[in-house]
Amino acid sequence: MEKTLEKILGEYRKNEGNLISILQDIEDSFGYLPEDAVNWFSARLDIPASRFYGVATFYSQFHFKPRGKNIITACCGTACHVKGSERLINGIRKELDLSEGDDTTKDKEFTLEKVNCIGACSIAPVIIINKKVNGKVSADKLLKELRSLKDIKGEGK
Amino acid sequence: MKANNTTIRVCMGTGGIAAGGAEVLNAFKKELNLAGIKANVEKNCSMHKVGCRGLCAKDVLVDVIINDEKTTYQFIKSDMVPRIIKEHIIGKTPVIDWVVGEDYHTFHEKQFKVVLSDCGTIDPEDIGAYIGVKGYEAAKKVLTSLKPEEVVETIKASGLRGRGGAGFPTGVKWEIAMKQDSKQKYLICNADEGDPGAFMDRSVIEGNPHAVIEGMIIGAYAIGADKGYVYIRAEYPLAVERLKKALSDARKNNFLGKKILGTKLNFDIKVKLGAGAFVCGEETALIASIEGQRGMPRAKPPFPVYHGLWGKPTVINNVETLANVPCIIRNGARWFASFGTEKSKGTKVFALTGKIKNSGLIEVPMGIPLREIIYDIGGGTESGKALKAVQTGGPSGGCIPADMLDTPVDFESLAKVGSIVGSGGMVVLDETNCMVNIAKYFLEFTQAESCGKCVPCRIGTKRLLEILGRITKGKGEKGDIELLEKLSRDIKAASLCGLGQTAPNPVLSTIKYFRHEYEAHLQGKCPAAVCKELLTYYVLEQFCKGCGACLRACPAGAITGEKKKPHFIDSEICIKCGACFDACKFKAVAKE
Repeated sequence: MEKTLEKILGEYRKNEGNLISILQDIEDSFGYLPEDAVNWFSARLDIPASRFYGVATFYSQFHFKPRGKNIITACCGTACHVKGSERLINGIRKELDLSEGDDTTKDKEFTLEKVNCIGACSIAPVIIINKKVNGKVSADKLLKELRSLKDIKGEGK
Repeated sequence: MKANNTTIRVCMGTGGIAAGGAEVLNAFKKELNLAGIKANVEKNCSMHKVGCRGLCAKDVLVDVIINDEKTTYQFIKSDMVPRIIKEHIIGKTPVIDWVVGEDYHTFHEKQFKVVLSDCGTIDPEDIGAYIGVKGYEAAKKVLTSLKPEEVVETIKASGLRGRGGAGFPTGVKWEIAMKQDSKQKYLICNADEGDPGAFMDRSVIEGNPHAVIEGMIIGAYAIGADKGYVYIRAEYPLAVERLKKALSDARKNNFLGKKILGTKLNFDIKVKLGAGAFVCGEETALIASIEGQRGMPRAKPPFPVYHGLWGKPTVINNVETLANVPCIIRNGARWFASFGTEKSKGTKVFALTGKIKNSGLIEVPMGIPLREIIYDIGGGTESGKALKAVQTGGPSGGCIPADMLDTPVDFESLAKVGSIVGSGGMVVLDETNCMVNIAKYFLEFTQAESCGKCVPCRIGTKRLLEILGRITKGKGEKGDIELLEKLSRDIKAASLCGLGQTAPNPVLSTIKYFRHEYEAHLQGKCPAAVCKELLTYYVLEQFCKGCGACLRACPAGAITGEKKKPHFIDSEICIKCGACFDACKFKAVAKE
């Protein structure tokens, strides 16, 4: 971890970055913001950790808990909304057995996230599964995709 | 046999890639290699070119141009490529079955493309392609033969107004910045396109990033800035990648950096990734975000053009605004001002989406009647169901009902009917959309995105949302509609920034035109059958085949029935999840 953090610090100094770019680099490297990493930067840069958290909690891009192996991002833009994204999201929650308020499955295999709009409105509704944009998604198609991901996990064991 | 006059264009925007554009492009490369034919296989980002149904989940649009004769194919998948090559490229006979239909052409007829003119015909990752269509000539002309004052005059005379939503005259903004006496000035391109349902800026950057860079160079020269930023959403990975490539190519060609094109101008551009906060589209919040702080707006004045990034004079222009600039310089202010209406000049790019047949990106002259956009370009509603309203301007905008479709689309006319041009999102709603639900959707959005700094917005939007919530649950109280109206007016009057000042617009405009839907909800009915709590599901016996699909799908055990006989839904047990509705293949499950 230390090595990665040193590298981020180097980039920050080289590019005259700011708090947000540090946080973005940490998020990119670890998938979330580990408390240790934030404290490390706080000590090295002599900036209170509260400043880091003040900024991090403001922006929806940052996460404070480890996320699942598979990231499912549901677009909640207007076009997706009028084409029924809410029903799709409920379907995903049911399939992954996510309880109210949870976004990550207990086995840390899946995380369900919402995004305001990815601007692919002409192929709404859109669900992104592990960075692959899926357009004109139907409940059937979505369940098939999810189940095939679950199968991959099953075979891996 | 040689075919070196052949060009193939494959749509590779976010939509095109999602539809398999990359696979199609690779298939062309592979098959052409096998066939030993030379052709330019261009990566061609063209959301707008493929705005028709062609851009659906599995489909890709492909242009094949042989000796200037263009054929456009739709719904292309990689396994269809060999036949196109065999019959069309080698055999010279287009594969008629796959050629685009009539609606592809009507889609383009009423459009007029300024900003999008090269989007979709040139390879966005090739600076040579942009230079080939007179790219960077405007910058050269400005830097070598015009004074900053002359540039400002040209932009002022063109009547160009900011395309980000507020519509402030760009030339006036530049003039104020130019006159500021400061060694350090900044130019920021606002690509934080946060409105849900809008993707104009993304498509412009994906399709023609150099036009935005050229606009920025011209702006920097006019106002005297030596540093520029593009503040772009991280949710647009492809746009970010193409923009970074374009910036690096522009530097290599000395369009950016020190002593640009041998003149005295030093100017370079940095990319700043947004971190997911809608309010950062507001200029003072955007500045705070670039400075690395929480993106909260501050009171204006002082406006950024006097006191902006790190306290220095700063001009913030939207992507589309900047992409217009090179065209204005190349063709003259008069040419630009010849399109549009008296107060709204030029063209505007809209993202036409929702329940519309030809969903996509369009560019039309300002002042075009909404009806022409919806029916001539958009081809009417997707399902053929009756159109209910068109929502413009996203969460800051309003709804225009079907009987007002003759409204001209320009800044003034839309404001008059209680909506806005905004950044250019246009979402079509049909009779199956509930207007109260739409208002609630936008309020959920603005409430979540309110930064919390000022009370009217932070608490006001929360209260609005609570009232809308209880109305959609059938628990609305007498006087709720009037309460919504009063609270909305108060929030508009008292909020600090544009977010709060416009957040109640969707509520006010839906009440104005669809008050009867609100009243129906208060009486326990959702006319469009959308609001879950007000629905009842039931089986249409005449269609039910008794297959049992709904019975198996029901998680609550609310459905009973024998095989091959009509089933029954017990509304007491039903949790209204809609699983039966999705499961039925015979459309025998209905809701009201």
